[in-house]
Amino acid sequence: MTESRPRLLRSPVLGRLLTAVATLCGVALLVFIMLRAIPGDRITATLGTEAAALSPAQRAALEAYYGLDQPLVLQFLNWLGQLITGNLGISSRAQVSVVQLTAGALPVTLELAVIAILIALVVGIPIGMAAATRRNGILDGAGQVFALLWLSVPAFLLASVLLTYTARLWGFNPNGQPYAVPWLNPGLNLQQMLLPAITLGLGIAAPIIRTTRTAVIEIGGLDFIRTARAKGVSEARLRARHVLRNALVPVTTMTGLQFGYLLGGAVVVEQIFSLPGVGRQVLLGIQQKDYAVVQSTVLVIALCFVLVNLLTDLAYRVIDPRVRQA
Amino acid sequence: MTVLTHDPIVSATRRPLNRLLRSVPGVIGLALMMIILGLSIMNWLGLTPYDPIAQDAPARLQSPSGGHPFGTDQFGRDVFSRVAAGLANSLLIAAVAVFFATVLGTLAGLVGGYFRGVPDLATGGVANVLFAFPPLLLALTLASVLDRNWFTVAIAIAVVYVPIFYRVSRGPVLSLREREFVQAAVSTGQNPWVTMFLHVLPNITALIIVQVALSLSWAVLTEAALSFLGLGTPPPAASLGSMIFEAKNIVVVAPWTLLAPGAMVVVLVAALNLLGDGLTDALDVGGKE
Repeated sequence: MTESRPRLLRSPVLGRLLTAVATLCGVALLVFIMLRAIPGDRITATLGTEAAALSPAQRAALEAYYGLDQPLVLQFLNWLGQLITGNLGISSRAQVSVVQLTAGALPVTLELAVIAILIALVVGIPIGMAAATRRNGILDGAGQVFALLWLSVPAFLLASVLLTYTARLWGFNPNGQPYAVPWLNPGLNLQQMLLPAITLGLGIAAPIIRTTRTAVIEIGGLDFIRTARAKGVSEARLRARHVLRNALVPVTTMTGLQFGYLLGGAVVVEQIFSLPGVGRQVLLGIQQKDYAVVQSTVLVIALCFVLVNLLTDLAYRVIDPRVRQA
Repeated sequence: MTVLTHDPIVSATRRPLNRLLRSVPGVIGLALMMIILGLSIMNWLGLTPYDPIAQDAPARLQSPSGGHPFGTDQFGRDVFSRVAAGLANSLLIAAVAVFFATVLGTLAGLVGGYFRGVPDLATGGVANVLFAFPPLLLALTLASVLDRNWFTVAIAIAVVYVPIFYRVSRGPVLSLREREFVQAAVSTGQNPWVTMFLHVLPNITALIIVQVALSLSWAVLTEAALSFLGLGTPPPAASLGSMIFEAKNIVVVAPWTLLAPGAMVVVLVAALNLLGDGLTDALDVGGKE
């Protein structure tokens, strides 16, 4: 046990973990500074223009109540301590804790992200492979034009067009109804997820097409593929078992990296399709000047992002043994 | 003979341009950018057919015609003039944002990669923190806490792209630092800052230029998304994102109000991406991924 410790300390996994923890502390500091930079404070944010009517004594009492009379460093440490014990603050509008709000919103965004990633993989990998096998053919050209197009179409534009025209042409407007919880009404829930997930999924399909194409071309030229072909392995089997399996390594990394795009894109897409996820929660918080909500939700989203990046990195080590030794 | 007339300085500047003009994506990207710049310049010089914010109630929601090539919106404003103004606005914000991101990010990458040790840890730590936010979310939060005008929007976007330039420059600097020509300069006792700017920086400019083109396309998208969400350029100034937001509800009766700004965003972003691809080939930077 004691002997394994020095080895553990040298392990890149632990290094990654420590970096992640340090990064999260930095993230908390940045969020704290950003929201202290707003003109006004918690008192004006809660009371609005009525704050001007406060007597100096009332004001001092409120400042003491919110801890605003303490030095900034202490305020930050207090806030950090609260965060670690699971207190994310109270929403001044909804009068419920941000933990409660987030516990309701986070599953919505995660469900949306997972469906979007599935759509992106189902669309992106076959197109990427087809483009690589018929290099410079019509499909390759079409695939690259498609990829460029989807890189250039903003999510909010695609979402607005999809929402308006599906409702107009087919009367399909599930997002006009209140949000359906998946375990109570799974059918409606999936319908409500469909268009937003297509919007986000097509957005990340483009980098997946590019990565798959590059990886398949690169791996297809390696010696072991030539050896396998010489042994008489069928082309179909070669592509599925030998090429694709290896190409999945960079594709996995790319998918993990796109998760951040999904969390950012979720702000726009959730807003347009009225999905009560964390993205919409941040935007609502900003619009209603409910800064406890903004502060904590942004922090939770960054935490998810750091965790997914860490998991991607670790998954990469599991999938590709060469990285583990490096 | 060609060898004798070969001038390294001329070839370094002229050859990439020739190669850019020979690459298909580069030429398409350049041509599209010319058109976009033309429209922006028209706006800046006040040469658009109408004032982009002048309302004309009787001329509301007119379909495209000779007088209004892209029709009019719900306030009777000329969509063509507004699109030109929106493009100019997008370009200005994206350019300012990417300028600050390039300068700060590259400088941080140079310092971190060249000096290593504590400066490297410090710059790397800040970059990690900025990278921990989904880009749009960080820009959104920053834009919401700053006073709203075009410059603060540009700054909010710049912060998001600083770490990208840091990552792009730091890696090559780390390896360039060990090369003979840099070590030679170090051994003559040259001031490290002079070595950094004179010998290291010129060798990463090609990478930076490509990154600038690609970052401009992302910055345009970010600005459009912020404006769409009501956190970008404040109205009544025209912005492609807010035009699309306003058109969303009237698209069925007046599709041109959405089509014109929507197509312009797509063309602008595609042009910058194509230019980035063309520059990658022309400057011999290698894989983009």
